[in-house]
Amino acid sequence: MSVNVKIPTQLRAATEGEAVATVEGATVGEVLEALYERFAELKPRIADDDGLRRFVNVYVGGEDIRFLNGLDTPVSSGSEVTILPAVAGGR
Amino acid sequence: MPPEALRCKECKTEYPLDARYVCEQCFGPLEVRYADRSNADADELRRRIEAGPYSIWRYADFLPVEHPHSALGAGWTPLVRADRLAEQLGIGELWIKNDAANPTHSFKDRVVSVALARAQELGFTTIACASTGNLANAVAAHASAAGLESFVFIPSDLEEQKVLATGIYGTNLVAVRGNYDDVNRLCTELAGEHEWAFVNINMRPYYAEGSKTLAFEIAEQLGFELPDRIVGPIASGSLFTKLARGFEEWLEVGLVTGELPTFNGAQAEGCSPVATAFAEGRDFCRPVKPETIAKSLAIGNPADGPYALDLARRSGGSIDAVTDDEIRAGIKLLAQTTGIFTETAGGVTTAVLQKLAQRGDIGADERVVAVITGEGLKTLECARGTFEAWEIEPQATSFEAAREQRLPIAV
Repeated sequence: MSVNVKIPTQLRAATEGEAVATVEGATVGEVLEALYERFAELKPRIADDDGLRRFVNVYVGGEDIRFLNGLDTPVSSGSEVTILPAVAGGR
Repeated sequence: MPPEALRCKECKTEYPLDARYVCEQCFGPLEVRYADRSNADADELRRRIEAGPYSIWRYADFLPVEHPHSALGAGWTPLVRADRLAEQLGIGELWIKNDAANPTHSFKDRVVSVALARAQELGFTTIACASTGNLANAVAAHASAAGLESFVFIPSDLEEQKVLATGIYGTNLVAVRGNYDDVNRLCTELAGEHEWAFVNINMRPYYAEGSKTLAFEIAEQLGFELPDRIVGPIASGSLFTKLARGFEEWLEVGLVTGELPTFNGAQAEGCSPVATAFAEGRDFCRPVKPETIAKSLAIGNPADGPYALDLARRSGGSIDAVTDDEIRAGIKLLAQTTGIFTETAGGVTTAVLQKLAQRGDIGADERVVAVITGEGLKTLECARGTFEAWEIEPQATSFEAAREQRLPIAV
């Protein structure tokens, strides 16, 4: 399953400047693992031993994966996965 | 005590004072780090404050801008002693910080003033924001006053008053089909691609500092003393945590003495990720889909949630949630005992204050400050149907007859 991952500007130093990376995977977790394999510097920035760091949000088709099935959320060919910092917004 | 760097709240990595908000190493939030204050002269600081303008800029020594100014102004709002409400709730000493008395009628004028001043120093000519309404008003107004272009992104279902009170300033108003969290996600993406100052995204470290001025004013208006307890609303948790930061900075330099006040956070049940995490003993928030009349607090994915939880716990406070009916009753209670008509967020705060009093959490000798952040005219729908007017003919006899019969006609 070929999936496009949108990389936020803050992480592009770790992805050789790439804003969109196309990787293979059937779930969000697999997609992220494929991404870590390709860009070794990426993993320590957004993940720790317990999974994603708490200020990292991941979306599939615009929906936060915490409303879906977390890292087990299935993705299909052409799905768009977005990684964004959680720190923004509001009052 | 000039600002020296932006520092990650999590891993402490430091960055220059430019338009950035997230740590590239761990994705943690950045905040402003100031020069060491341990040798500060409290008397001199106080003299400087008291000689300053009656606006947030009297606290410029504690803000991250080189040239403190704003075309529209903000701050120095009334702190009103609320004896009638105190009596009704059985509280010893109660004060209302009425931050609806700002140029665009909410505390957002403070944070926008600081963000915009810093954005201009950094050379930005376009200001933007993701907003639940009050921020939209403030960004549009302050940008117009300063002669800057602005883009304001709001959820398309926002209260009409807030939409009208934003569009009038001539901003580029973008109504997004989605809730605030959708708007915020969209703007976080856009912030990476446009050379704009998004006040609550890439300018967030500076923006958030503006909320400290609410704490400074409360302390100064109490005669450079701290209250025992603060009750305030929580949406993202930024205001809540920065109120504490303001008090802590003044404790540190000796402008006030004593202990950090107890902090009580207020949320609407229809959007209470922080109150729920507090009740369940968690140190993180599970995001929710908001469903409440308190739209200015409807952030389902609160960025400063973990820090708000920590503050409530370490200060001996709590975070409570109230229903939409309690919010409406809170608006009415505040209006009828203090003469202050607040928006739904203020209804949330007043209702939680009432809940704390009824639960016996507030000691008889406590000095309590409730922070009212916005104006009732922005959420007028909530007043509809809560009272009845009499309709009469323009004759004295008609009035007297109506008075006798109290023939009410619904508005």
